[in-house]
Amino acid sequence: MIVFEDVSVRYQGQHTAVLREVSLRVPEGELCLVVGQTGSGKSTLLRAVNGLVPHFTGGTLAGRVLVAGRDTRTHRPRDLADVVGVVGQDPRSGFVADVVEDELAFGMEWLGLAPDVMRRRVEETLDLLGLADVRRRSMSTLSSGQQQRVAIGAALTAHPVVLVLDEPTSALDPQAAEDVLAALQRLVHDLGTTVLLAEHRLERVVQYADRVLHLPGDGRVVDGRPGQIMATAPIVPPVVALGRLAGWQPLPLSVRDARRAAGDLRARLAHRTPLRAVAPASAYPPLARTSALVVRYGKTVALRGVDFSVRPGEIVALMGRNGAGKSSLLTALVGLVEPSGGSVSTGGLLPHQADPNEMVRAAGLVPQEPADLLYAESVAGECRDADIDAAAAAGTCRGLLARLAPEIDDATHPRDLSEGQRLCLAIAVVLTAAPPLLLLDEPTRGLDYAAKRRLTGILRGLVSAGSARAVVLATHDVELVAEAASRVVVVADGEVVADGPTADVVVGSPVFAPQVAKVLAPLPWLTVGEVEAALEAAS
Amino acid sequence: MTTLTVPAWGAAARLPRHLHAGAWWLWALGMAAAASRTTNPLLLGLLLAVTAFVVASRRTSAPWGGSFSAFLKLGLAVIAIRVVFQAVFGAHVGGSTVLITLPEIALPEWAAALKVGGPITLEAVMLAFYDGLRLAVILACMGAANALADARRLLRSVPGALYEAGVALVVAMTFAPRLVEDAVRIRRAHRLRGRRATGIRGLGRVAMPVLEGSLERALELAAAMDSRGFGRAGSVVPARRRATSLLVIGGLLGVGVGAYGLLDGGSAASTAWALLGLGLALAAGGFVLGGRGSRRTRYRPDPWRLPEWVVAGSGAFVAASFAIAASRGVPGMNLLIVPLVVPSLPVLPVVGALVALLPAWVAPQPAEVTA
Repeated sequence: MIVFEDVSVRYQGQHTAVLREVSLRVPEGELCLVVGQTGSGKSTLLRAVNGLVPHFTGGTLAGRVLVAGRDTRTHRPRDLADVVGVVGQDPRSGFVADVVEDELAFGMEWLGLAPDVMRRRVEETLDLLGLADVRRRSMSTLSSGQQQRVAIGAALTAHPVVLVLDEPTSALDPQAAEDVLAALQRLVHDLGTTVLLAEHRLERVVQYADRVLHLPGDGRVVDGRPGQIMATAPIVPPVVALGRLAGWQPLPLSVRDARRAAGDLRARLAHRTPLRAVAPASAYPPLARTSALVVRYGKTVALRGVDFSVRPGEIVALMGRNGAGKSSLLTALVGLVEPSGGSVSTGGLLPHQADPNEMVRAAGLVPQEPADLLYAESVAGECRDADIDAAAAAGTCRGLLARLAPEIDDATHPRDLSEGQRLCLAIAVVLTAAPPLLLLDEPTRGLDYAAKRRLTGILRGLVSAGSARAVVLATHDVELVAEAASRVVVVADGEVVADGPTADVVVGSPVFAPQVAKVLAPLPWLTVGEVEAALEAAS
Repeated sequence: MTTLTVPAWGAAARLPRHLHAGAWWLWALGMAAAASRTTNPLLLGLLLAVTAFVVASRRTSAPWGGSFSAFLKLGLAVIAIRVVFQAVFGAHVGGSTVLITLPEIALPEWAAALKVGGPITLEAVMLAFYDGLRLAVILACMGAANALADARRLLRSVPGALYEAGVALVVAMTFAPRLVEDAVRIRRAHRLRGRRATGIRGLGRVAMPVLEGSLERALELAAAMDSRGFGRAGSVVPARRRATSLLVIGGLLGVGVGAYGLLDGGSAASTAWALLGLGLALAAGGFVLGGRGSRRTRYRPDPWRLPEWVVAGSGAFVAASFAIAASRGVPGMNLLIVPLVVPSLPVLPVVGALVALLPAWVAPQPAEVTA
C-alpha cells in the first residue's frame, strides 16, 4: 500500500540527509509502528507519505514514494486527500471548524462527495469513535482525548486507505489513550485500513503493531516484526526490558503475554522486598502546604477542598485525568491563581500576594509548554536573562544547564532545541533562583525514552537523600512515576482520592500501575531496575 | 404513483432547528435600517422592545447567545457619551430652555464653530439623546443578530465563489481566541521568572512568543488543511477564476455604495436603487460563474424554508414602512427640537414594527446544544 523506493530526504541548509536510501513496503491492513529518538526523522518519514515532504516543507526528496499506486512527485497532498488521512501531533492546530460534525465533514466537502454519502459517513464515524454525544459541541469544550478522536475521525470520513498518525497518544491520560488506540484497532481489524503510527510511548502501542520501523538516527530505517526489533532496539518499553532481563522466549510485547511467562520470576521474587529509598522522616517543616484549598474559574470548580503538603526530600507525583485539577494545584502553589477558599502557603509566603521576585525563590514551576518561559534569541541570552531575573551570579544558569544537558550549544535558538533539551533549559532557568521546591507540569509530553531517563536522573539528583529540596510533578506517565516518585497523590474531580507511597498507590490500580507492577502483581515491584538489583543480589 | 409532498409549513418546519443565519441577519439589518430613519424616541423604543422580545424568545444557548446585553450596554454608553459631548462641546442648536450654565472657555477666531462650556439647553441635550438613542438601537439590532445567529454558520452558507474566503474567516475566528489564550498563558509565565510583564518591554516579551507560536500553528494548520484536500476543487481555468472574482468584487462594491445611498437618504434614491440593482446583478453573475466550476459539495446546508422567508420578509417590511413614512414626511418621524414637542406615534411605522415581531412565533425554536 505504501512503497518507498530508494528515498532520501535532505532539508536545505543541512549537511546530512534525514532519510538515506530508504526502501520499504507496507502492505494493506497493517498497523505499522514507527519508533526512534527525537530528531531521527520519524516526522519526515510520516510526512513523506502524503507528500507534505517535500511539497509543503521544502527540501529535496530523491527516489519515489508510492501510495495506493500514486506517486507523490506528481500528486500534491490535496490530491492524495482521498487515499491518505493525516493526523498531526497537536490535534487542535489542525481544526478548521467550530463544531464536531462540521469538522468531520470538512474533508469530504472538498472531495465533492454527495450530501447523502457525507451524512451517512459522519454518522458512522461518530459511532466508530464514540463521539455521538458530542456531535454538536464546540471543539474548544472537548477533552483532549475527544479532540484527538475528532481529529482521527476527520481524517477517516474521506475513507482513506492509509491513516498516518504522529504521536496520537502522547498528550493523553492513560484512559483517553486506551480509547484512541481501541479506535485505531477497530479500523485496522474491521475496515482494513493501513495505519502508520509514530509514538514515543512504546509501552502503549507496541503490542498492537504488526510491523515496526525503527529509525536509529543515521538516516536508515530498520524494518521488522515487533518481536525482532524489540529484541535488539536500544529503546524498549519496560515489559520488553523485563522480558530481556528474565530471558523469556519469545519476547513478550504485552503485559498479558509477560504475565503468562512470569510465574517463575514471581516465585523467585516472592520473598524479597524491593530496595527503595525510605520515605524521609517528616521532621522537617513542609515546603508548601494547602488546607481545604478551593480554586474555581467562574462556574467550574477546579479544586474543592484539597489538603496537600510536600516536605523536603520528596518527589511527589500528581496523577489523574486531564482536567482533574492537577495543574490548578501546581499553579495555586506558585500564586498564578487566587484561591477562592481555604489557604495555601509556599515557603512561608502567600503565593498570590507575594512579589514574583520573592516567589521564585520559594518555588519554581516549569509549565506544560516549557517554551512559555523562554523569550531570548539564543540559549546564552536566555541564561544571561535568567541570572539577571534571579539576581544570581553571572553564569549560574549556564552552569546548571551544562550539568543537565551538556550538549546544548550556546548559539542555538531556544525554539530549535528538541523537546527534551528545551525542558532542560526551562528547568535550568527556574533553578537559577535556587528554589527549594520545583514543580513540573506534564514534563514528559513529547519526550523520548532517552530524554525521560535523563529527566529521571535529574530529578533524583536534585532530591538526593537528606536534601532540602523537593519536586512535585503532574504527569500521566506511569512509568516515570514508578522510576522517580516517592509519593503519589491521585486527584479526581478536584479532590484528592489517594495519597501515599508510590508502591501503595499504584500497585493494583488498573490505570496507574506501571507495566512491571502489572506483570508481577501482587508483588510490589515497580521498575525493571528494582528487579534487576534484586536478582543480582540473589545470585 | 403519487408522491406526497409535506408542505413546508407542516410539522417538520416547526421542529426545533436553527433558522438560517442569513434570515436573522436580514431581519436585523431591516430593523437597523428602520431605526436609522427616525429620531422619534417612542418609535425607537418600540423597535428596541420588538428586538429584545424576539431575542428573548429565540436566542440560542450558545456562548454568543448572551451578546445582546453586551450590545445594550454599549448602546447606553453611546447615549451617555453623545449627551455629555453635546453638553460640553456642542454648538448652539437654538432653544432657550437653559438647564445649567458652565463656565465657557474662549476659543480663538478659527475655532469659532466649536465651543467649550457655556449654557446647556434642554433642546441640545434632547437632540443628543435622540441621536444617541438611534445609534444605540442600531447597535442593539446588531447585537440581536449576533445573539440569534451564529456568525460562523452565516459564513458557511456564503455562495460557492466566496467559499474559500468564508472558510478563511471561520478559521480566523477560531484562531483569534487562541491568541488571547496564548497571551494570557505567557503573561502568567512571566511571573514564574520573577518578572512583572508591564510596560513596553513587557509587551514585547509577551508579543514575541505569542507571534512565534501562532506563526508555527498557522503553518501546521495550512499543512493540515492541504492534507485534507482544501483547494482541491479550485482547479478551475484561471481566466474564469479572475472573471469570477472581478464580478463578485465589483458587484459587492455596487451593493455597498447603493445600500449606503439608500440608508443615508441624502443622495438621490433613483441613483442608489440603480447602483444597488447593478451591484446585485454583477454579484449574482459572479456567484453563478464561480459556482459552476466547483466540484465541492456541502454537508447539511441550512435549508431556506417558509419561516426564513417570513423572518427576512418581516425585516424588509419594517425597513420599507419606516423608509416610506420618512420620505413622505409623515409627522412624528423626525422630531423638532426647537420648539420641543411631545412625540406622536405615526401609524405606518408602528404597524411595520409590529410585523417585525412575527419571528418570535414564526421562527422555529433553536435546537439545544447538548452539553
